[in-house]
Amino acid sequence: MTTTAPPRPEAAPTPPARPSAARRLGAFALRQWRRLTAMRTAIVLLFLLALAAIPGSLLPQRSLSQSAVGQYFADHPTLAPVLDRLYLFDVFSSPWFAAVYLLLFVSLIGCVLPRALEHARALHTPPPPAPRRLTRLPDSARLPTPLPPAAALDAVEEELRVRRYRVVRREREGGAELSAEKGLLKETGNLVFHLALVALLLGLAGGKLWGYEGSILVTEGQRFCNAFQQYDTYSAGAMVESGDLSPLCVGLEDFRAEYEQDLTAASFTADVTYGAPGEEGRSTTIGVNDPLRVDGDRVYVTGHGFSPRFTVTLPDGTTFDDVSAPFLPTEQSTMASEGALKLPDLGAGADDQLALQGFFAPTGLVQAGVLTSIDPRPLAPQVAVVAFRGYLGLDSGLPQSVYSLDASQIERGRLAEVGRANLSVGESMTLPDGTTVAFTGYSEFAAVQVSHDPGQLWVLGAAVAVLAGLLGMLLLRRERVFARAAADPGGGTVLDVGALTRGSGDGAPRFAALTDDLRAVLAARAPTRTPPSDGAAPQTGGAPA
Amino acid sequence: MSADQLSALSDTLFSTSVGLYSLAVVAFCAQLAFGRRPVQERELVGAAGTGAPAGPSRPDALPADPPAVRRWGRVAVLLTAAGALTHAGVLVARGLATDRLPWGNMYEFATAVVLVAVVAYLVFAVRSPGLRHLGLFVLGPVVLSMVAIGLFLYVQSGPLVAALRSSWLAVHVSTAILGFGIFFVSGIASVLYLVRSRYEERGGGADGGVLGRLPSAATLDRVAHRTAVFGFPIWTFAVIAGAIWAESAWGRFWGWDPKETWAFIAWVVYAAYLHARTTAGWRGRPAAWVNVVGLGVMVFNLLYVNMVSTGLHSYGGVN
Repeated sequence: MTTTAPPRPEAAPTPPARPSAARRLGAFALRQWRRLTAMRTAIVLLFLLALAAIPGSLLPQRSLSQSAVGQYFADHPTLAPVLDRLYLFDVFSSPWFAAVYLLLFVSLIGCVLPRALEHARALHTPPPPAPRRLTRLPDSARLPTPLPPAAALDAVEEELRVRRYRVVRREREGGAELSAEKGLLKETGNLVFHLALVALLLGLAGGKLWGYEGSILVTEGQRFCNAFQQYDTYSAGAMVESGDLSPLCVGLEDFRAEYEQDLTAASFTADVTYGAPGEEGRSTTIGVNDPLRVDGDRVYVTGHGFSPRFTVTLPDGTTFDDVSAPFLPTEQSTMASEGALKLPDLGAGADDQLALQGFFAPTGLVQAGVLTSIDPRPLAPQVAVVAFRGYLGLDSGLPQSVYSLDASQIERGRLAEVGRANLSVGESMTLPDGTTVAFTGYSEFAAVQVSHDPGQLWVLGAAVAVLAGLLGMLLLRRERVFARAAADPGGGTVLDVGALTRGSGDGAPRFAALTDDLRAVLAARAPTRTPPSDGAAPQTGGAPA
Repeated sequence: MSADQLSALSDTLFSTSVGLYSLAVVAFCAQLAFGRRPVQERELVGAAGTGAPAGPSRPDALPADPPAVRRWGRVAVLLTAAGALTHAGVLVARGLATDRLPWGNMYEFATAVVLVAVVAYLVFAVRSPGLRHLGLFVLGPVVLSMVAIGLFLYVQSGPLVAALRSSWLAVHVSTAILGFGIFFVSGIASVLYLVRSRYEERGGGADGGVLGRLPSAATLDRVAHRTAVFGFPIWTFAVIAGAIWAESAWGRFWGWDPKETWAFIAWVVYAAYLHARTTAGWRGRPAAWVNVVGLGVMVFNLLYVNMVSTGLHSYGGVN
């Protein structure tokens, strides 16, 4: 890895005048540039890129699952912060990953641009003159013919033009010669492939900068609009301003999950209405593999679950009808779900708040007092709830999950358990102070994601170009054929033919086919010294191979 | 036939394929065993071959084999072909039993990959008989893979999960299987190239043995390169098709899901292989090692990512 470019004759022989600092700096920069754009460096960078991606798949990533990263921090309290400082939980947005791929792309551009210029020139330049000794080429043959040199070359030229070669004839000292070339598209494919990779990267970057994504749980009958403050979680590129979000509101009318006999999930579909805020809205059905696409935004159903409903009646008769909260599925195959319902405004004081923490089973089975779920379909819904009373800590300023109670409040004794029960629909439990909690039913909710990525069509176009360039580069061949005709002192012509192939496979079989055809054509055109049977047709196209 | 009978038929055919492939391995061994001849004889015949007007002799144009070798070779290839037919039957019966494309879980996916590898080998064996001697080295890993698939990846036939019910399954998974199977053959050719080129460097040895019966290092290198060149655009297409599917299924076309990450790593490694093969200092053994690493990445992507890590591609169905 020390020398990459061929050793250049540098201006060393004249020792006295040392080049100026600027010249030396320039030479150094040039040397480094050549080193960076050399193919060997590109291979090493490709390897680095592959290596750099590995930790992104072995360690939990924030971009995939915040909670998995949190769990890793809990499991490895000393190691995790160190890894975090090395961006190992954000590998694909880390500076070192970016450094590798940016270097790779600089190397790629530095390698491809000069080639592109050279290729553009080659497209307008005739094929190069034939080398002096055609027998030194990988494939060569000598074809003696009674035809005069010019006529022999005519035959070769015709044969090559039929095969779509670009042909040039030159008169030189050794005799008339012919250079032919085809397959320049191969290099075009190569350049398209590499430049399309650059375009793809730009599209990716653009999509990241101007794109956003928001997720929200929507219960049947609810509606939300495309605004960051409405989403449960969202991420947005640096160039996105909250005012730029397209005006779109989506309402969930009905959600259906269907299952096969063996309880494999068959389909999840959601009937939704959508439109600008204030508009009546059009209705459509979306589902897995079938998002709603509207004006550059896409609306997906990414999950679903149940929100059990409760009616809480205070001893004084005040009732809170059908309060509910989404319970998150902990097991997809049975839809066993966990969640919490917080009622901070129930009592008079801050220490008189009520909360229910529970487990929801769409089809429950109680064994030895423990509720489990045995079916993802809501055939016999049951909940196991634990009621707490005290201070929830919602206004403490510390963020807490909507789906669970703050465990530290329970530990500190500010929340105390006041009752627990397994309830079927219609059943209720009574707390020591006379408050009753009734399980009245459930609604289904859908996890909905709204995505906006202005770069993705660009990326798709670039990917198609990558593939097209790749096919051209790998499947086409660049072939050059040279021929020289010299008068044979013994009469007739000595025709030398040679070929040079760049690309996959070897050229020998095709060259053999070419010379076979040439022999046939030359024999056909030869003056009728041989039996007159086939001398009449000079235009025989393809002779049998 | 009912779905249950078809599933049972599929399982029977699986065992039959393993049996046929094992017999083919025995036949290939017999072919190699009968193939021990002095090296000189071969050179003599090879020199006679150059007189042909077609041009310089091809390195893979092995001399005519003695009748016993040819007979065993033919038996081995026929057994392989019969195994490939029953192997295809495994997938067809599964598909009919479940009324869907038979690559909905890891068992079916891996079975299909191995079938592609066998078919790719058969194509080579039919087109250039000199490459038939690779048979043992393709069929050996094939039998091992099939046994491992049967033991560790087997799952009952069943319906597809909702996320897989898309026409992209036909496009994305089929091309991934095709690319994987082709890379499998390419990787084996590179492994054999590494072995054979060391053997050639040491001067060949007197009677050659198994290594002497292998195609020349140059031929193996060319087979490895050609198959990789064929597989790379297919793999590229599979990744692109996967991205298009992911855009409609998961809400983004690329999200560094573990499977996506390893597909990307494999793509980068194969890109490095194709570059390395034409770069001074990397040609030959280093490039072949890159190809072997590529195959390792593909296998890792199949086994580790499906069975150990959790991601969106966890359709393995293996507990």
